[in-house]
Amino acid sequence: MTDTTTARKVPGGGMAKGLWVTLSTMFKTIFLPKTHLATVNYPKVKETPVPRARGVIALDQEACTVCMLCARSCPDWCIYIEGHKEEQPPSTPGGRIKVRATLDRFDIDYALCMYCGICVEVCPFDALFWSPEYEYSEVQMGDMMHDMDRLQDWLTTVPDNPDLEK
Amino acid sequence: MSAFLTDLFSNFYVSLAGKLLLVAVMIPLIGMVIGFAEMKLSAKMQARVGPYFAGGRWGWAQLIADGVKFFQKEDLIPEQADRPVFKIAPVLVLVGTVSLFVVVPFGPGLIFRDLSVGIFFALAISSLTTIGVLMAGWSSANKYSLMGGIRAAGQLIAYELPLILAVVGSVILAGTMSMEGIVRAQIEAGYPFVILQFVGFVIFMIAALAELNRTPFDMPIAESELVMGYLTEYSGFRFLFFFLAEFASMFTMSAIAVTLFLGGYWLPGIPESALEFAGPVILIVKVFLLVFAMIWFRWTFPRFREDQLQSLAWKWLIPLALLNIAITATFKVFL
Repeated sequence: MTDTTTARKVPGGGMAKGLWVTLSTMFKTIFLPKTHLATVNYPKVKETPVPRARGVIALDQEACTVCMLCARSCPDWCIYIEGHKEEQPPSTPGGRIKVRATLDRFDIDYALCMYCGICVEVCPFDALFWSPEYEYSEVQMGDMMHDMDRLQDWLTTVPDNPDLEK
Repeated sequence: MSAFLTDLFSNFYVSLAGKLLLVAVMIPLIGMVIGFAEMKLSAKMQARVGPYFAGGRWGWAQLIADGVKFFQKEDLIPEQADRPVFKIAPVLVLVGTVSLFVVVPFGPGLIFRDLSVGIFFALAISSLTTIGVLMAGWSSANKYSLMGGIRAAGQLIAYELPLILAVVGSVILAGTMSMEGIVRAQIEAGYPFVILQFVGFVIFMIAALAELNRTPFDMPIAESELVMGYLTEYSGFRFLFFFLAEFASMFTMSAIAVTLFLGGYWLPGIPESALEFAGPVILIVKVFLLVFAMIWFRWTFPRFREDQLQSLAWKWLIPLALLNIAITATFKVFL
């Protein structure tokens, strides 16, 4: 605080202070890059994203019940879901057949996705997760459509952080 | 062999071609060096890495890559544009910059043409750049460009005056307007004129920054207000011309400031016989120090408002410059 008042009292003091900030930052960045560099040399050096970073959405196919809540709540309709009922024999002879919903298709079009995370929030069975992975750009826009196997693969990158569930 | 070379270079046309080639190589080279320095230094001042990829180490080839990129771009001319004026404006800007090289003494006798009115020529020709900018702004048929061009013209009127008045002090001390003569006067006096002309030097540098349209006086470009000012409609090679002119004129304006105030190619303590070879090096080192200061100011200070610029020029710089001239003249007459 005292610095600013003295800088105001001397004519040009504020300008000198500004010049000093840029000059000292320059020398610190040049000679002590380890401590003073604010950015990283991206493809060579990579920053670790925070555990809750919204990088990509992962799908747990086993947990999904094809309830379509995510597809319906998606603001830009980038989730494609198709499924069918799989009939299983009744547990006791003559009983009612069992029905299990099975995914045929679960695609997320990341060219459209705006990373709002509503699908992750809305999923009642914890089938969708945020993963901090971010390096999945493509040359062709069509390749941004991730099918359910690819979304399942992202599941391995989801950080196992107990704090997230509290 | 050497006699043949001397003969060859004493031929007017051969030496002219040589000089042209030298300038044609020097300007893009200087533009690239300063442009790269600006990229890298601004990055360091903001604690960033800056360009690092092109060319392997430090990204030294970044500006070459940028230049090649400009060649690939489509050459767009707006439909409503005044085509001939639009095309000639970047050339005019570059000509204004290149012409300044004519009167910069790089060493004893190492000057393209030692005009007897050297500094007058430099000041006159440097205004040509602003005319080019005004033409670019007017011919683009774009309101942002026009505002940029008009601001450049307003800036020219405000800043040409203190620039010229700041120079007068040095001219009075040297008693000549020839650039070579001014350096010689400083060698004979034994001190660079900045010691007596510190006020003049500061005014000159402020006015030169305004002349170069650099922050804090970059209202003609003012990205946040005017898109890109007079450069808005330019692309490709024509944009490259403006870009080169900006960086090359940083060099030439600094070179003129060095010649007028900082002793040019001379450094106290260096014997005159060594200046033949050391001169250009000394000059270029001094110039790059000033260029560094310009880059430094650009990344430190915010942009002035248009009216603040005008009041700074008319209320402070011009009266100060006039006072400086009066004091210098009195000093020259009575001492």
